[in-house]
Amino acid sequence: MSSRIRTEFVEINMGPQHPSTHGVLRLEVMLDGEIIVDVKPDVGYLHRGIEKLAEMRTYVQFIPITDRLDYLSSMLQNAVYVGAVEKLGQIEVSERAEYIRIIMMELNRIASHLIFYGAMGLDLGATTPFLYGMREREDILDLFEMTCGARLTYNYFRPGGVAADLPTGFYHKVKSYIKKQRERLPEYDDLLTNNQIFIARTRGVGVISSEEAINYSLSGPTLRGSGVAYDVRKADPYSVYDKLDWSIAVRNEGDTLARYLVRMQEIRESLNIIEQALDMMPPGKLQSKTPLRLSLPKGEVYHHIESSRGDLGVYLISDGSEKPYRLKWRSPSFINLGALNRMARGWKVADLVAILGSLDIVLGEVDR
Amino acid sequence: MSEMIDSTIRSAFPEAVLDSTEIDGVLNIKLAPQFLVGVCELLRSADNLSFDYLADITAVDWLDRIEVVYRLTNLVSNTKLVIRVDLDRSNPEVDSVTGIWKGAEWQEREVYDLMGVKFTGHPDLRRILLPDDWEGHPLRKDYVIPD
Repeated sequence: MSSRIRTEFVEINMGPQHPSTHGVLRLEVMLDGEIIVDVKPDVGYLHRGIEKLAEMRTYVQFIPITDRLDYLSSMLQNAVYVGAVEKLGQIEVSERAEYIRIIMMELNRIASHLIFYGAMGLDLGATTPFLYGMREREDILDLFEMTCGARLTYNYFRPGGVAADLPTGFYHKVKSYIKKQRERLPEYDDLLTNNQIFIARTRGVGVISSEEAINYSLSGPTLRGSGVAYDVRKADPYSVYDKLDWSIAVRNEGDTLARYLVRMQEIRESLNIIEQALDMMPPGKLQSKTPLRLSLPKGEVYHHIESSRGDLGVYLISDGSEKPYRLKWRSPSFINLGALNRMARGWKVADLVAILGSLDIVLGEVDR
Repeated sequence: MSEMIDSTIRSAFPEAVLDSTEIDGVLNIKLAPQFLVGVCELLRSADNLSFDYLADITAVDWLDRIEVVYRLTNLVSNTKLVIRVDLDRSNPEVDSVTGIWKGAEWQEREVYDLMGVKFTGHPDLRRILLPDDWEGHPLRKDYVIPD
């Protein structure tokens, strides 16, 4: 005889406009009391068919569309696409441009992680961290604005280089930003990282083992939080990353806290990278020969980089014309979200928000 | 490395490999579709191969056939491998690899949604990016974009 009370499962909807879903995402959640039995993410609300759009545009015309994928790290979206075009067209990039690119990519990675930091706090009921994260992100956006005129959709990378050289005063402004950011990171830790409530809500929650994380094709901080030291910048170095001294942030716990800590460490590593790149950047002109009309030789290429969210890849097939025959966008947000059901099952509905937050998805990139 | 991978597959499945080439230093193997799952199981479990990471699945419409492309990585040695299968364009169908790599679940749904490839044995093959009642598969070359 069982004394357990018979209960029925309840299906609830989270989203598509719930603040914790980080965009337009709907989660169909099956609950047994407050325990999650099943989560079915419903995606596609932002689907714009960018792979089809690519087939209808020239290689250069497509660059601004990449900005609209992961719009919190548009520099990195520019980078992967332009990198693929350069690889297939065997277009050379001047050394100065490579360093400028690295500075932009790493600044953008920090800006994205700062949003993550703020949003993660917000999701768990701490409103102040968001203001701190946004305050420092503002400095980075100012740097982007003075470089390319835009604060969100940069359209800055070009096959062979970048749209414009660094403006006067950039060097000192970055240096003072780095100094300020380093001083403020301990404040971030006081506010959130060492906060007992935050730790209680994230430690041991939504654990995924390294074997499973690999099996689910996870990447980026989500994979590195499970003890897998895989970072495309080290595994398949592109640009001039192999000339810089930095280390991969990795944690072994595989829980929500570990994924958070990996990103906080990555902010510090990125600051080191930017500092080195600033000092190593050769002077002089950009000397990039950026063709306006570009047709690539017949063939195909796969190029991937480490974006803020993970292994970001572009598979590009050319039939020899001015437009891609086929372009595939390997989106780390999309693939990481595919493991949410596995990570959230068995946890309470309140933990779902924390676990989803720790995946740090951007719906523009999930839906494409 | 490429030769070892190639010969391991050929000795276990003598009729599976239709073609093998290198693109950018990465071995590309074209398989007869009926051997896909068998070969993938071998690629993942054989000690000298251990392709544990399915980086990407996508498909290309070549007008006379649909080609599905699987991109694999061994995360320890960072060895890469691309597996390709050609499918009949009028009825593209191939066995699902979700039993080997869980990461295939959403990626196969995407290929089904946008290119119309059916993955037999997939636990939940539904459209993922487009609405359930959408007609056609937009990444096909003959797809007519609605007004």
